[in-house]
Amino acid sequence: MTNTVTLTIDDLQVTVPAGTLVVDAAKRIGIDIPVFCYHPKMEPVGMCRMCLVEVGRPQIDRETRQPVLDEHGSPVVQFGGKLETGCTVQVSEGMVVRGVTEKVQAGRNEILEFILTSHPLDCPICDKGGECPLQNLTMAHGPGTSRFLYDDKIQLAKHVPLGELIYLDRERCIQCARCTRFQDEVVGDPVIGFFNRGRSLEIVTFSDPGFDSIWSGNTTDICTVGALTTADFRFGARPWELNAAASICNQCPVGCNLTFNTRREAVSGGNFVIKRAMPRQNEAVNEIWICDKGRFTSYHFSESEDRLTQPLVRVNGELVPAEWGEALDIAAEKLGAARGSLLALAGGRLSNEDLFNMKSLSDHLDGQAVLDTHVAGGELVAAYGLAPGSNLGDLGPGDAVLVIACDLEQEAPLWWLRVKQAAERGATVVVANPRLTKLDRSASHHISYTYGQEISALERLPEAFTKARDRVVFFGAEGLGLAGSARLAKALAELVSGFERTGMPNNGLVAVHPHPNDQGAWELGFRPAADLAAAFSAAGAAYLAGSDPLGDGLVSEADLDGLDCLVVQDLFLTETAARADVVLPAQAYVERDGSYTSGERRVQRFFSAVPEPAGTRPDFTITAQIAMRLDLELESRIAPRAFANLAAACPPYQGLTYVKLARVEEQFPIVGRGDMYYGGTTYENSQGLGVQLPLQEGVVNAWDAPAVQETVAGLSAVPITRLYDRGALASRSRTLAPRLDEVQVVLHPKDAAALDLSSGRKAAIHLNGGSGMEVEVALDPGIPQGYALVPRSMGVPVHRPVGASLRALEGELAA
Amino acid sequence: MPDYILLRHRQIPDLDRLEVYMQHGGFEAFKKAVTTMKPEEVVEEVFQSGLRGRGGAGFPTGLKWRFIDKNNTPRYVVANADESEPGTFKDREIMEGNPYQFFEGVMICAYAVGADTAYNYMRGEFWELAHVLDDKLAALEEAGLLGDDLFGTGFSLRIHNHLGAGAYICGEETALLESLEGKLGQPRLRPPFPPSFGLYGKPTIVNNVETLANVPPIIEKGWQWYKSIGTDRSPGPKVFSLSGNVEKPGNYELPLGSTFRELIFEHGGGIPGGKNIKGIMPAGASSAIIVADEEALDTPMDYESVQNVGSLLGSASIIVIDDSVSMDWLVKKTLHFFKHESCGKCTPCREGTYWMTHLIDRIEAGMAGPDQVDLLNTVAQNIEGKCLCALGEFAIQAVMTGIQRFPEDWAQPEPVAAD
Amino acid sequence: MNQLQQKYGPEIKKILAKYPADQKRSAVMPLLYVAQREKMFISKQDMDEIAQVLDLKATEVASIVGFYTLYHDQKEGSSRIQICTDLPCALRGADLFAEELCEQLGIRLGGTTADGKVTVEGVMCLAACDKAPMFQLQNGSGIYYHENQTVDQALELVDSLRNGS
Ligand SMILES: Cc1cc2nc3c(=O)[nH]c(=O)nc-3n(C[C@H](O)[C@H](O)[C@H](O)COP(=O)(O)O)c2cc1C
Ligand code: SF4
Ligand code: FES
Repeated sequence: MTNTVTLTIDDLQVTVPAGTLVVDAAKRIGIDIPVFCYHPKMEPVGMCRMCLVEVGRPQIDRETRQPVLDEHGSPVVQFGGKLETGCTVQVSEGMVVRGVTEKVQAGRNEILEFILTSHPLDCPICDKGGECPLQNLTMAHGPGTSRFLYDDKIQLAKHVPLGELIYLDRERCIQCARCTRFQDEVVGDPVIGFFNRGRSLEIVTFSDPGFDSIWSGNTTDICTVGALTTADFRFGARPWELNAAASICNQCPVGCNLTFNTRREAVSGGNFVIKRAMPRQNEAVNEIWICDKGRFTSYHFSESEDRLTQPLVRVNGELVPAEWGEALDIAAEKLGAARGSLLALAGGRLSNEDLFNMKSLSDHLDGQAVLDTHVAGGELVAAYGLAPGSNLGDLGPGDAVLVIACDLEQEAPLWWLRVKQAAERGATVVVANPRLTKLDRSASHHISYTYGQEISALERLPEAFTKARDRVVFFGAEGLGLAGSARLAKALAELVSGFERTGMPNNGLVAVHPHPNDQGAWELGFRPAADLAAAFSAAGAAYLAGSDPLGDGLVSEADLDGLDCLVVQDLFLTETAARADVVLPAQAYVERDGSYTSGERRVQRFFSAVPEPAGTRPDFTITAQIAMRLDLELESRIAPRAFANLAAACPPYQGLTYVKLARVEEQFPIVGRGDMYYGGTTYENSQGLGVQLPLQEGVVNAWDAPAVQETVAGLSAVPITRLYDRGALASRSRTLAPRLDEVQVVLHPKDAAALDLSSGRKAAIHLNGGSGMEVEVALDPGIPQGYALVPRSMGVPVHRPVGASLRALEGELAA
Repeated sequence: MPDYILLRHRQIPDLDRLEVYMQHGGFEAFKKAVTTMKPEEVVEEVFQSGLRGRGGAGFPTGLKWRFIDKNNTPRYVVANADESEPGTFKDREIMEGNPYQFFEGVMICAYAVGADTAYNYMRGEFWELAHVLDDKLAALEEAGLLGDDLFGTGFSLRIHNHLGAGAYICGEETALLESLEGKLGQPRLRPPFPPSFGLYGKPTIVNNVETLANVPPIIEKGWQWYKSIGTDRSPGPKVFSLSGNVEKPGNYELPLGSTFRELIFEHGGGIPGGKNIKGIMPAGASSAIIVADEEALDTPMDYESVQNVGSLLGSASIIVIDDSVSMDWLVKKTLHFFKHESCGKCTPCREGTYWMTHLIDRIEAGMAGPDQVDLLNTVAQNIEGKCLCALGEFAIQAVMTGIQRFPEDWAQPEPVAAD
Repeated sequence: MNQLQQKYGPEIKKILAKYPADQKRSAVMPLLYVAQREKMFISKQDMDEIAQVLDLKATEVASIVGFYTLYHDQKEGSSRIQICTDLPCALRGADLFAEELCEQLGIRLGGTTADGKVTVEGVMCLAACDKAPMFQLQNGSGIYYHENQTVDQALELVDSLRNGS
């Protein structure tokens, strides 16, 4: 147990852990001490001086070292002559803090007057107006009139792009340094900083591209004024016009809690549209942060012009619009006819409810329910994953984290942050990867190996890991195909099953899946196909939802030729959909209710934020409507009921209801609640913290690694994962578009030299002797020789190690 | 003239050459400390001497050394050679004329606190001097006085010069450490103090150049000898930098407790041009200005007495102001200095110095009414007691005392109606 | 190896040796002096290269350039005459000295001679208050004090700087 300290703040007694700062102690009992520079997630700096309080400490007798008592027997409390900053003073036993005296009020008013001398007071045109700490605190402490001559104000640039995502208004900045400290201290990307000094301090970026960090959006949430705004939202709406809908980010398996802000807009025919994505607090998941991909990609795609809004059926070789009833009839008839040879292929962005209905239909038709993924081991995670009660935020001294075959910051940004913080608290972090990744900065051990040698790398685990108390293992599929991933997962499951504390919270295996609900799909019985092309060739009919194997280069057109019927359910007319016999327009997750199961096996709800485009239906509804035509009763209308059916049928989910998922409890730091000055504009979580699934006893329906050889002679192209890829959703974000990575291939400088290639050079890559695709060359001396690293979802279909050849394209030396 | 203790180069030619310094007993104290005394004994000797920091705050040096965190290594010594307070130029003369005595002080300090690396942080403007001192350090290494296993005792020490690049705030010890770490020179929160959390987060002693130059004679001659100089609570010799409206500006080494009159009139030759003395700034631009009446002139220059007349001795940089100087002009000078040097970390200093310069510019130009003088005073008061470091407090001293103690200098014309 | 390293390799190594191996960042200020030597200002490329040597972000290096007055991020005079016009020197005529010098050169304080060679500016106290009027000359090779100056002496120096001697 940590020591506690009891003190009095404004006549209220509070007991808090030793080491707590006065501002935090006050906040816990609902007393507001105004702050600007202080943020509960960062070290105190005492810069703005707004949090002034009077602090008294019990007088201690020098001889006896006991508190001196007055005639009534109560301790004599001595107050210093100066006001102190509540954000920098740690509580001590018997301390008395006064925040409402005249002296304190005067002090705070004076500080606020100072801050306002250099502020432009352009609230009427400021995006932050309505949720602005400075505006709110000015209401409380500001002077009624200005003694500072308006002419003395410095005029500064008001629209400074710090790169494509974030804009700076230099006049509004009050130099609280929250943004620069966040970038440095919290996420380790000090790419914005102060320039000059004194009153001339200004925020600058010298990175290329500007503000080169995947975390930049968070600075706009904690900015104390309207100095930093996102390119996404600036001049977009007034905060008080916005509605809030709780959601979950659908970009990676972390499952960051989001709030979508919406409002009605004339341009959308008076309909609600999403104006921005904001983080929503979940201290066990994303705390109060989200990455820029989540912020700028999680909803734009739903507004895309090319959304499907009408079913299509193939008539005389052409896809033509059809009525829903007609399309469903055809789909049901054809799929029903393929009983025993149905391939049901699902993508990991479908919700639990969608997947449950799809699996039920597949089972009904004796089909094969297949998950479209490149990371194996989800069924092992169900048995050896993180037990309920796990919170990466609890890892600390004596604990250890292993991350293998994964670039955690790029694949699951928030997990990277949480593991980094665990390292800062004293946990051992071991990174096993052929190259260095950003997590290595936090790691005490790096295990290097050549692609394909993952399992033997495990023999080199340091004692700091093998002897640790709580141990978490993250694994991805860097450099691996599905078969390699499965073998690695199996080896890791064996490792984890041998942990002393296996089954206890914060011990276990986490698969760094490519999609938000891959883990849910595994839990619900979906398994990957060892050879997807073969599975298609063998199938009589295929029913696809949220998956585009043709577009992703997982199968060829020829593989689909043998199908009697191909039914595709999607948001867009994907390459696969264009080949389908029936195309069914689905709803985006922001348009409906549902739930996801995160990689940490936390089931979390998302809520409908905006109305669906006319003509679209939720995936689970469409499946149920097909099923109904095949005499299978599935819930078609109400998501909670679909979830209830799922919970009744699937053991891991037993007993869960939407109501349980919606439970919340008090979290610290307190955010939102109308006083943004403290935690920022992150939303308070009032819609549910989710529930972690219990571990399954033993592995259910283990998926064995297919015996394919995954090594090749000569230069071998291997897949890696990048955050800013060109996948279906990211490429539809207008905000993020300029930041998306070039189609790159990463080579060792020596290999590049041998091929006469240099950094930035354009080259043609040929896979397995196929036709050439244009890529840009990047160099990394940290990767093993003989490999060409190809990011996934960038148009070059490398799904497992394949032989590759590269040749320079003429005269294309980049600037 | 009594023998110099600090400015010995004024009596001994070429004292900046190692062999000359050695001929005059150089490094005997260091050798004595390292070969015959325990580190704690060195600390005790300095503590007993009553030596107080010469960088401005007058903090007891031995007490600071006692605070060093013995449970953490490595430990560092950092000499504060930032010397940027307007009117201060004593450390420069010591480093130019008597560099080895200063380094010997650094070395004894390092031994006393168990540091094996020391840095001499000099203001960037001392660029030429830094190159000279680099050679001095090389000479010390060559002579076996710096390096590994000194005198065969296993004690090792290296000293490096480090140049700042133009920032007064880097004289503040925690800003100095930040700067030395390659960061912006902005002060840290205190506590923790450098003896427990200093350079690179390690236990560190930061002392002023002059403070350190006092150490070798203390070790050599003992604390009793040292305490016999100066006053009881402010013992020892002090180098006073005398500047401004005075006949013979320069550094004067006198015992602490000598009077202003003695310094300004006896040594400094009085006020030139037949003018009268009007005010004294005893601690450079950071001073509360003392009205130079007879009583003030007879005040002993020690930490306590100067405080009693409403100012601080600080670094003892005595700026003399004659009666041709108007305080609004003077305050304009100091405010522009502090506005220029405010690091910008905390609100009252950053915004307040900026605001005050705008007010004083108008006041000094005769373009502001009396209410603006009141406002200037109010702004200064509002800064008081709220800053993160002492610079903000320094900035308001001349403003507040200039207005209060010299009210006649602030008579403002009635504002002219604009049309 | 970047250009800075190619040019000043041994010197950079010597500088780095002063600081603990895991505290390379301490070398940022000395390296900025090195980078400034040739052009009397620090370019974006210099910052990038120093950042590379010290495992920093260019922005972190830029912040240092911005904070300290002896680093310059813009091309101005290849020599800078920096006259102390702070209080103690001003009490001994420094403002007048600065004014006269500028008048003779036909520039304003803070300005640069037409040939782009000499910038004259007022600066804060240089710890030479007893030797006013005084200034420091900052150029690529270093910083040099000139004390107890007359305007004529200063003009002579400016002449020699402008004539490239
Ligand atoms: C704004 C400011 C500037 C300072 N400048 C200097 C300085 O130039 N030289 C110095 O030795 N101390 C300076 N100090 C004092 C140092 O913070 C510190 O007290 C001193 O270096 C301690 O050494 P000492 O105990 O030997 O005096 C300054 C303090 C402040 C607040
Ligand atoms: S008082 Fe001035 S110099 Fe000191 S921290 Fe505040 S802004 Fe910086
Ligand atoms: S100083 Fe305490 S919140 Fe800024």
